[in-house]
Amino acid sequence: MADVALATRDVPTPEFQTVRTPDPHPRPTKVKADNVKVFYGQKQALNGVSIDIPVKSVTAFIGPSGCGKSTFLRCLNRMNDTIDGCRVEGEILLDNRDIYDASLDVVELRARVGMVFQKPNPFPKSIFDNVAYGPKIHGLARSKAELEEIVVSSLQKASLFNEVKDRLHEPGTGLSGGQQQRLCIARTIAVSPDVILMDEPCSALDPIATAKVEELIDELRENFTIVIVTHSMQQAARVSQRTAFFHLGTLVEEGPTDHVFTNPSERRTQDYITGRFG
Amino acid sequence: MSETALTGPVDWTSDQAAGRRRSRHAANRRLQFYGIAAISTAVGLLGILIATLVIGGYPAFFQTKLTIDFPIKAEYVDAADPAAGNYRNVVRDALRELAPEATTPAQQRQLGQLLTNNAQFFVRDAVVANPSVIGRTLTLTLPAADPIDQLNKGLIDRDLPESQRRVNDLQLGYYDTLVAGGRVSAPFNWALFFNSDSRFPELAGLAGAITGSFYALLICFLISFPVGIAAAIYLEEFAPRNRWTYLIEVNINNLAAVPSIVFGLLGLAVFIQIFGIPRSAPLAGGMVLALMTLPTMIIVTRNALKAVPPSIREGALGVGASKHQVIMHHVLPLALPGILTGTIIGLAQALGETAPLLLVGMNAFITSPPGGILEASTALPTQIFIWADSPERGFTSRTSAGILVLLGFLIVMNGIAIFLRQRLERRW
Ligand SMILES: Nc1ncnc2c1ncn2[C@@H]1O[C@H](COP(=O)(O)OP(=O)(O)OP(=O)(O)O)[C@@H](O)[C@H]1O
Ligand SMILES: [Mg+2]
Repeated sequence: MADVALATRDVPTPEFQTVRTPDPHPRPTKVKADNVKVFYGQKQALNGVSIDIPVKSVTAFIGPSGCGKSTFLRCLNRMNDTIDGCRVEGEILLDNRDIYDASLDVVELRARVGMVFQKPNPFPKSIFDNVAYGPKIHGLARSKAELEEIVVSSLQKASLFNEVKDRLHEPGTGLSGGQQQRLCIARTIAVSPDVILMDEPCSALDPIATAKVEELIDELRENFTIVIVTHSMQQAARVSQRTAFFHLGTLVEEGPTDHVFTNPSERRTQDYITGRFG
Repeated sequence: MSETALTGPVDWTSDQAAGRRRSRHAANRRLQFYGIAAISTAVGLLGILIATLVIGGYPAFFQTKLTIDFPIKAEYVDAADPAAGNYRNVVRDALRELAPEATTPAQQRQLGQLLTNNAQFFVRDAVVANPSVIGRTLTLTLPAADPIDQLNKGLIDRDLPESQRRVNDLQLGYYDTLVAGGRVSAPFNWALFFNSDSRFPELAGLAGAITGSFYALLICFLISFPVGIAAAIYLEEFAPRNRWTYLIEVNINNLAAVPSIVFGLLGLAVFIQIFGIPRSAPLAGGMVLALMTLPTMIIVTRNALKAVPPSIREGALGVGASKHQVIMHHVLPLALPGILTGTIIGLAQALGETAPLLLVGMNAFITSPPGGILEASTALPTQIFIWADSPERGFTSRTSAGILVLLGFLIVMNGIAIFLRQRLERRW
């Protein structure tokens, strides 16, 4: 059954048709990707992915390991630029602006499209400095008091403030894994991005910390557009409004989360979410 | 299932199994034994080296001195111009007073050889500094001549026949008189650190060499540190990975392995003959050392930069930091302990380097410390080289002492490197 799909890897990829199910109450599009192809050297990792990511909602990317979820996510804030030999084709629009256009500064793009990584990676600085770093380099605070306000409110939004308010000047690396991940989320939202990309943000966390981060994602949805990569079906089902299923570098199916999980239109989606492969 | 059937159930308690385990343990023990043997050999050889140096060099850390009363007669020294006095006669008269039994010119010449050859200048300087002693008696403690120094340290055997001894019977007699008069002492030899080179071992010191080495290392640091870091940052963070950067990388690695004397030749040809930097100047030496240290510096810095976890870079890039900000705010501070350690170890290597300095002429005979980076000077290793080449007995022990001083500096520098690494690394 999966043999056909596996074979597509080596033969030239046929134009692949993604199965799309629209939202019953469609939202405006925040990020629009059109026929995005990514190559690592000679190897093609993504074969033409097109997707509309709706504003102020959570979109989950699921799929077996190595199918290109991270690769696609990293296209959205041009993090792939930092990888030698990585080439991106196609078009990605953020608020109808081409993010690969020369007129858009990548520094501005990354401020508007923040990223939370799989492994918590706080800077080896104090908790305060971790959160203050983004606003500082972008010149968002005009005074020290304003900077402090940004830091406190970011920590509050990341539901971390109460746990760290007495030790803001202790190193961020001294926190627990779950706290570190929320610190990284606070660091990201401190620059007030429009979009937050999260690449398996809970894979290093225990169930309690995971629940906290999920709760947080649900709250953040009010103000931010969120894209999350996850290996946990339950997590995707719990936090996301739309789900996109990737397989071998193609976007197989995307649609409202409850639709994809209860009544997928594609055989491979069905196989994956029921645990038959991947 | 089928695999178990293939081998059958394993009997872990059988004699064969026990034997296999025994031979594995034996192999462990053998490996451990080889390691211990290798380390003991290395430590033993090092111990022998240090012991030889200490035994050979420690006499040089003390200097035999003679305390002598110099009558400063007005007939020799004019109060109006004390610097122009006839101090040779002052010294002669003072010695004659000590040993009135020396009456023939030959005897008096032997007597004059007890003190260092430069005694008259010591007296002159003392009188110029304090002219009120003219007409009175000045008591000074001056270095003894090298043979007397050796004799006093027990390095000359009194029982040898006179013809085979560097101190003849007459001098031996005068020396005994001085000892009886309590005029012979052997205090710590500060001159070793505060004097420069001299033809007379009893006066020779390392001040010029230490200053020269300091200037040369300063130049070496000022050139190789910024250039090395800039090159490493470019290669590591900015350069595209293509054939050219690969070629550069291979060449840097090869340069690190080029014998240092080749850099010396290059320095001679380029810095001295083309740029016209004065020969023997610490500037030339430092530039040659910088060339030599640069590849090491680049390699060390690149490794330190590479060791910074990529997650930190990604985190910074992810909030919109520019490349410059990522490097300046995150990567460099984290790499700094490694860079500093590498720098100090590179400088320590440069401090001990001899061959390239010989080629740029830093083995000249220079009797005063350099006043700047353009004045002729020696360096510690070249000074040791010069002394090792000198026949006088006094220089033999000074050679060992010089090596000990050099080793001391190296140990201090490595200590600083270790300290910095631990100190800075604890922060994160
Ligand atoms: N830096 C890289 N250089 C070369 N190939 C890469 C690189 N990063 C990813 N790839 C390849 O691209 C493909 C997609 O990788 P990607 O990391 O996007 O997978 P993923 O879906 O995120 O997997 P996972 O769930 O395991 O994180 C894989 O085949 C991978 O080997
Ligand atoms: Mg991934």
